[in-house]
Amino acid sequence: MTGFEAVILTIVTAATPLLIAALGELVTERSGVLNLGVEGMMIVGAVTGFAGAQLTGSPYLGVCASMLGGMALASLFGFLVLRLAANQVASGLALTLLGLGLSGMIGEAFIGQPGLKLERIDIPFLTDLPVVGAILFGQDPLVYMSIALAVSVSWFLFRTRPGLALRAVGNNHDSAHMLGVHVIRTRFLAVLFGGACSGLAGGYLSLAYTPQWVEGMTAGRGWIALALVVFASWMPLRAAIGAYLFGGALILQFHAQAEGIALPSQFLSALPYLATVAALVILSRDRWTARNDSPSCLGQVFVPDR
Amino acid sequence: MRVELRQRSADSRLMVWLSPLLALLLTLVFGAVLFAALGHDPLRALYVYFVKPLTDAWSLEEIVVKATPLALIGVGLALAFRTNVWNIGAEGQYTVGAICGSILPVMLPEWQGPLILPAVLVCGVLGGMAWAAIPAFFRVRFGSSEILTSLMLVYVAQLLLDWLVRGPWRDPEGYNFPESRLFEADAVIPALAGRLHFGTILALLAVAALAVLLGRTLKGFEFRVVGAAPRAGAFAGFSERGSILAALTVSGGLAGLAGIAEVSGTIGQLHPSISPGYGFTAIIAAFLGRLNPVGVVFASLLLALTYIGGESAQVALGVSDKIVRVFQGAILIFVLGCDVFIRYRLHFRPMRRAAARAEEAP
Amino acid sequence: MLRATIFAAFAMMLALPAAQAADPVKAAFVYVGPIGDHGWTYQHDQGRLAIEEAFGDKVETLYVENVAEGPDAERAIERFAREGADIVFTTSFGFMNPTVKVAKRFPDVKFEHATGYKRADNVATYSARFYEGRYVIGQIAAKMSKSGVAGYVASFPIPEVVRGINSFLLGAQSVNPDFKLKIVWVNTWFDPGKEADAAKALIDQGADIMTQHTDSPAPVQIAGERGVHAFGQASDMDAFAPAAHYTAIIDDWSAYYVSRVKAVLDGSWESGDIWGGFAEDMVVMAPYTDLPDDVAADAAAMVEKIRSGEFHPFTGPIYDQEGALRVKEGERADDGMLLGMDWYVKGVDDKLPQ
Repeated sequence: MTGFEAVILTIVTAATPLLIAALGELVTERSGVLNLGVEGMMIVGAVTGFAGAQLTGSPYLGVCASMLGGMALASLFGFLVLRLAANQVASGLALTLLGLGLSGMIGEAFIGQPGLKLERIDIPFLTDLPVVGAILFGQDPLVYMSIALAVSVSWFLFRTRPGLALRAVGNNHDSAHMLGVHVIRTRFLAVLFGGACSGLAGGYLSLAYTPQWVEGMTAGRGWIALALVVFASWMPLRAAIGAYLFGGALILQFHAQAEGIALPSQFLSALPYLATVAALVILSRDRWTARNDSPSCLGQVFVPDR
Repeated sequence: MRVELRQRSADSRLMVWLSPLLALLLTLVFGAVLFAALGHDPLRALYVYFVKPLTDAWSLEEIVVKATPLALIGVGLALAFRTNVWNIGAEGQYTVGAICGSILPVMLPEWQGPLILPAVLVCGVLGGMAWAAIPAFFRVRFGSSEILTSLMLVYVAQLLLDWLVRGPWRDPEGYNFPESRLFEADAVIPALAGRLHFGTILALLAVAALAVLLGRTLKGFEFRVVGAAPRAGAFAGFSERGSILAALTVSGGLAGLAGIAEVSGTIGQLHPSISPGYGFTAIIAAFLGRLNPVGVVFASLLLALTYIGGESAQVALGVSDKIVRVFQGAILIFVLGCDVFIRYRLHFRPMRRAAARAEEAP
Repeated sequence: MLRATIFAAFAMMLALPAAQAADPVKAAFVYVGPIGDHGWTYQHDQGRLAIEEAFGDKVETLYVENVAEGPDAERAIERFAREGADIVFTTSFGFMNPTVKVAKRFPDVKFEHATGYKRADNVATYSARFYEGRYVIGQIAAKMSKSGVAGYVASFPIPEVVRGINSFLLGAQSVNPDFKLKIVWVNTWFDPGKEADAAKALIDQGADIMTQHTDSPAPVQIAGERGVHAFGQASDMDAFAPAAHYTAIIDDWSAYYVSRVKAVLDGSWESGDIWGGFAEDMVVMAPYTDLPDDVAADAAAMVEKIRSGEFHPFTGPIYDQEGALRVKEGERADDGMLLGMDWYVKGVDDKLPQ
């Protein structure tokens, strides 16, 4: 494996959890729900995924368990903000707190155990191709899945009727309701999807990235995923590009250091956030794009009245 | 049987009082089950958690110390949220307030005298205001969502602090450890008792000022109208832009004040970590307090109690920190959930397909 | 019936002072991280458990975990002082000033602060000479590496970490004067993902032996995946990559904690500064695995030489990066120089972040 390939591989693996979580949150936000609990769902997914793999002996069942863990927390959030019309910002923060605590409780039994790793897929011949071989064909299965997910979320949102309905709910829930779309149900499903993705992103960390369970191992990646959604202006394919840019910035910074080039790491780390703010401002300057892209009902409560 | 929400014509006065009680009841039941399941005596656990901290002067004082920054930030956020401005970046404004307030004590430690403390506090307020003015400007000028811009700026602020205390502002006598020099005595907010400092008085003044502003003045009315019905506000000649700018900068300034008050009054120096998430917890305080300045004070005290009680449970019962956090999360979720009864009432009706369908299309 | 109750109440009142007299010594711990980090805090908690094991009923231990450095630290420390703790261990550098503040208010309570430099009559400090272990693994690295390049995942540029880097390289240079060390600063003590990324970057740049001054087993695991070797940090990390793991520098606080609590029990506790290494069993090497017998034997012999004081890792001549002579031929760096170390030895291929 050449150095270049290795670097690209590293960037892709660093970007994958961010991408998966961001895609989930993107769908949730497209439906008009802001779930700030990504970090909480992610860490719960990380621990349930790890626990699932350890208990069943199969990392694939672990992957399923991580999604279920994220969904369990998401359904609690959905019940709060959709059925009980609680404030989304506050509920999301409470969810993060709950998730961090719960994950620590569940994980107590698994500390210090080496985990089962989700193995890389090696495709004979293809993986051995020069340059592109390892990059295209030597990744772990979730990397392929994340790319497929980005494409299918994009297709779903912009090419299917349910996707149109979901965006309608996010843009104007009152009109969507008038047109007969079940606003609450749509949003609940979107929240669940977001939970499954966040959980899966956490599972990626504890099953593929660093197969182990340690408390607080998501270390703020959920918040980066939230930023990524905005950076991508709620467009799935842009989220993929953004994730690779974020991942690339992080990894290249390490490579620069190992080469002996000293850069103030805090400024590099701040770049993605500044870029997100800039992207947001540029987007909203362009009113047409703004109207088209950002879900205008984001964070607003909907209660069907009659 | 199907349960659904019906909006009340006006907020229920009764429920404003009943819903926290209901939340408390649910919390107690949940807590009892949780602690019993983990093999602790539930009654004793709940006593240690909620009652014991209220029984001695020291922990009462500590609750007030902990509640002070929450109330300062929360009351500003209450104003912002009422104006329909979603400032969730208070953590960043807190951090920048702490940084700007520290400029004088860190860079000019020789400058002493009675003027230094007011200067430090003013710098802190201005820092918070300036940091909040960025999302405010983007919102007013370009219409960018302040929810997201203010949140992004939190990370930028934290990294800025990190860079300062690890680099240029590192204590020259501190063996390269990441912390600034200790503030000189004149730059430290004087103590009232123990760890309780004058910042608490400032917080109470801010609460009183905002309570009067929101409840009794035309300006406060303007904020609320702009928040609730921007179009009506425009007809009345109220400036939406002005209100947004004011709401964000005021809440930012208060967060900045909270930041410098913590650094100067409680910690005494800059660290890489100066806030255990006060800016985010204050959002919860603002909602628990129903966006009412006086309510925010009580909510902050309640939140502080959950922290202090949690710590006391860790020590007295050997309950792990994770359980405390689960319990805290649960309290918040119950309180947020029970709030629903203020604005809505439950309506029970038999489950029928037709009825279910009727909900889809009115 | 009534009489019985009154009698029982009396009996209780009488029994109460007696029970208090037999009160066990309370030893309290303030942890910066979760005890489940399998690194820094985990090792301190192992020390706490050792106290319980050593003294049984005579000692009661208490702890709070996840105490953030900042406004909450002082309260957590003071709580223990108020709860009647006899000795309080604060186990993170950031707890230094809060510990000193609380100690002023509670002159009868004994405090022990890990890794700090401020002391008082009732505040002792303690730390471990991890650099002794780093010299040993530096030698192993130079003997085992094929590429002649080791990778170092570093946390923050504080003297503790800089000292470790220098000691590692001095050890390596004693075997192979041209040995190269590549360093990546991750600016965190604990973030498995970031540590893994840094390890990958270092391995991609030619390092075939990994060492780290961060707390998670992630770099060891990555070394295992990439087929290179690694040294564990803080605790034995062999389980995470059995084929890759040569040995680990273990922080072992048990002996120290037990001795300090014993000093409280027999009234001989005094403030002071303990900086313990191999000699005090505060730094221990994990079993040597997957090493040729002679390399393992040499390593064990080196540990003994350092333990007996026959050898000191920072023995001159030592030049810094600019080529200036810092420690003269035959002399040893004193503790003052080691404690404030903010320069690299010659041969480090990195600029110290300022």
